[in-house]
Amino acid sequence: MEITFVIEKFVFITVIFGLSLLVAMYSTLAERKIAAFLQDRVGPNRAGPGGMFQPLADGVKMFLKEEIIPTQSNKFLFIAGPSLAILTACIGSAVIPWGQDIQLFGKTIALQATDINVGILYIFGVVSLGVYGIMIGGWASNNKFSLMGAIRAASQNISYEIPMGLSIIALLLVTNSLSLKDIAEQQHGFQWNVFYQPLGFLIFLVCAFAETNRTPFDLPECETELVGGYHTEYSSMKLGFFLFAEYINMFVSSAVMATLYFGGYNYPGMDYMNSLLGPTFGPLLGMAVLFLKIFAFIFFFMWVRWTIPRFRYDQLMNLGWKILIPLAIANIVLTGLVTALVNGF
Amino acid sequence: MSQSLFYLIAFLSIFFSLMVIFTKNPVHSVLYLIITFFTFTIHYILLNAQFLAIVNFIVYMGAIMVLFLFVLMLLNLNKDTEPAKSNLLKMAGVVAGMCLLVTLVGSVKALNVSNPVVLTNPGLGLVKNLGKVLFNEFLLPFEISSLLLLSAMVGAVLLAKKEA
Repeated sequence: MEITFVIEKFVFITVIFGLSLLVAMYSTLAERKIAAFLQDRVGPNRAGPGGMFQPLADGVKMFLKEEIIPTQSNKFLFIAGPSLAILTACIGSAVIPWGQDIQLFGKTIALQATDINVGILYIFGVVSLGVYGIMIGGWASNNKFSLMGAIRAASQNISYEIPMGLSIIALLLVTNSLSLKDIAEQQHGFQWNVFYQPLGFLIFLVCAFAETNRTPFDLPECETELVGGYHTEYSSMKLGFFLFAEYINMFVSSAVMATLYFGGYNYPGMDYMNSLLGPTFGPLLGMAVLFLKIFAFIFFFMWVRWTIPRFRYDQLMNLGWKILIPLAIANIVLTGLVTALVNGF
Repeated sequence: MSQSLFYLIAFLSIFFSLMVIFTKNPVHSVLYLIITFFTFTIHYILLNAQFLAIVNFIVYMGAIMVLFLFVLMLLNLNKDTEPAKSNLLKMAGVVAGMCLLVTLVGSVKALNVSNPVVLTNPGLGLVKNLGKVLFNEFLLPFEISSLLLLSAMVGAVLLAKKEA
């Protein structure tokens, strides 16, 4: 392995890591601004112009708050919980292709941390690992409400992983590849997968809401029933990590949805723009388009949060097991049939 | 480099599996088991079996162990609630464990592991090749095992329905 390759990857990963943290940071502000807009309020507007420095102020507040570790808790696991939550949130973005190969300083650089040939499954694995942070944190707190929140999170995540996996299988029947780079390249121009897999996308979207514990599926932290859910006992930056992990998860799942179903960095007329802008700025524009799509998804996440109330627990389970799973299976059968008919068996 | 990595990971696997047995707290035990499975995933990657690695990651670490942890947290086991085992039961456990050890050692010895394992087809673990082998050469066993899983699922649902 050449040293330049290692440096190149290191710089790229650092940039992506910083970008996801930045987006997550400003998502907290966006969330409050959008909530304010939907409820006809002003929202945070004191720190900096239009409240621009509010996330920094929140961060400083989180760092400076008193750190409390309950005496009856399991100290190691109590700290491991939020660390694991933020770790699994951050490693998901490793396989996402952020753009076409770019010409920079006379070198061709792939805008992807790594292109493993089981990319989708990697994301799926990271998602399924994400619940451990919440479970361990909730259990280690030694608090009934935290434990209830942790158990809810576990059963919810397991239930919604199944339709998510099934909707991915239907998508794979269309793409014939597990590599996210291939999938993104196949959707060149306007051949986005969402036109071939509308039902699959809908199921994936609902599951993404459930896996990120966003409203209407935020039962693990349901404050009307469980005080604060799994993070009841947490304070200071450990609480911050749990909250921050949610926003990073939202960013990564938006990126995954944009890549899998909405063409990733592809947009209509990209060939013309690429020939116009050249091999450096063309891919950059593609990356900007991808980020636009991601922001649209993040806005959608927030829009839903401030519009739809929380599910009841049995409704959540009914939706997952009795509606989404049969729908996802029907989607697989339908996709398989159509694929077989088109290919002439 | 690959060999020293293997020894490191093998050491970690054995270390964490021992920790699974020797920790008193059942939840800690499950957490160590999760780490053990993670080291297995690395072993699969070292063998160039990417698909198996990621499936091990998803199914064992992401699904089965979550369920284990879930059940243990629900039961909330600790020393007071756990019934004390009688000495006879302990002796039976020791004898059974020794029998298993003898069988394992015997079978490993019969394998002649002193010969280094060389992969005859190093690309076999990649998802494309694995799929082709599964659906061509091993189609019948594959389908039969899926039927087996289905029947297990139906059985589980039936058991759950009976209780209600």
